[in-house]
Amino acid sequence: MSLRDFGPNELMFLLLATRWTILLALIAFAGGGLIGLVVAAIRVAPARPLRWLAAGYIQFFMGTPILIQLFMAYYGSSFLGYRPDPWVAAAVTFSLNGGAFFGEIFRGAIEAIPKGQWEAATALGFRFTRTLRLVIIPQAVRLMLPPTVGFMVQIVKTTSIASLIGLTELARAATQVNTVTFQPVMVFGTVSLIYFALCWPLSLYAGYLERRFAPGMTRKVEAPLVMSPFPSSS
Amino acid sequence: MQTALQFGPILIHLDLLLRGLAKSIQLAALSILFGTAIGILGAVGRSFGPRFLSWPIAWYVELIRNTPLLIQLYFVFFSLPLFGFKLSSNTAAVVALSIHLGAYATEILRAGIESIPEGQIEAAKSLGLGRYRIIRHVILVPAARAVYPSLSAQFILQIMGTSIVGAIAAEELTAVANNLVMQTFRSFEVYIIIAVIYFVLVQAASLLFAGIGKLMFRWKV
Repeated sequence: MSLRDFGPNELMFLLLATRWTILLALIAFAGGGLIGLVVAAIRVAPARPLRWLAAGYIQFFMGTPILIQLFMAYYGSSFLGYRPDPWVAAAVTFSLNGGAFFGEIFRGAIEAIPKGQWEAATALGFRFTRTLRLVIIPQAVRLMLPPTVGFMVQIVKTTSIASLIGLTELARAATQVNTVTFQPVMVFGTVSLIYFALCWPLSLYAGYLERRFAPGMTRKVEAPLVMSPFPSSS
Repeated sequence: MQTALQFGPILIHLDLLLRGLAKSIQLAALSILFGTAIGILGAVGRSFGPRFLSWPIAWYVELIRNTPLLIQLYFVFFSLPLFGFKLSSNTAAVVALSIHLGAYATEILRAGIESIPEGQIEAAKSLGLGRYRIIRHVILVPAARAVYPSLSAQFILQIMGTSIVGAIAAEELTAVANNLVMQTFRSFEVYIIIAVIYFVLVQAASLLFAGIGKLMFRWKV
């Protein structure tokens, strides 16, 4: 016997919790995007030790489950003497994790730009950062756009694991509603539809961008899933 | 602030960690097996099946790929018992993980099927091959070869994805870690060790999949 039925109040509760899912996704996207830009720049930079450092960073964040990274951030903060806060832990983890994936997406796009562009810029007296900023990235943007939007879908879905460190976003709200109503089909069905409504438009847009930019592309940049055992797979 | 990292109190529970690891590997292996089977059926049904089949498959793929694995896991774990399926948390995890991977595998294999040039199929037809043999030998196997890198990357993601099934109290590695945290109160150290274990597991799996790929697709194109 359940405590109450799944009604408008419960639906409202879920919809309000969706705010935090969206906010978390936006933080992860902004933080991850910024870190990703830096990581990508370092990965193509001339300084070799820096490149290794960035590669190690990417290896760690792509080679371990994000849930473990989240737990490390959450409990690591208490080890360092801070009070663990789910929001801080989630924001830091999702940004750092996103930074690794965005770093790989951006690097793929940057490396798809012909070498001649770099040489021409060097011949004109441009140094590394100016070449990257004024010559390479403006051309690489349309290559990185489709996988970037595609990865945003991944980010929205991933925010659900923040519920496991007690952050009340959509997934945690769902388990709470399920506990009192015990109508799992209704509750998780509704929540699935909410996530779907957030993710599907992004998926469609990513597909549209891919098709739109496809004809002019020299090489397609795929969103990296993990560090692939196959160096240049596509 | 604690003064130093202490791994000793955790490493004496190595047997628990290894048992958790074995469970994680089992969950991953079973769900990869079933998920790939679903993917093959889904891709074939989508590409060559009748309309009333391809349409629901397309929706299955879209629905799974646009919702979180955690919600799929909760859905299976809490809903199926209502319909009379009594599942252990491990079985529920395998079911959810397989359905999850099945959607991605369907999409990846479908992309592979679409990449097969029309001429190759026409050539097979003109050699007098039947429909079944064309689909199997001329389309599916070369398609699988073409998308094997994406597929194995998805498998690796699946291995890491098993970490969240601890949320429904299955006994895999992350769940073991959570228990150890409660026993030893050394949460940070526990998760460092778990991260290392997963990292090694993922690297080993990468090598394994690369090796399997080399064995399975030996011939030259």
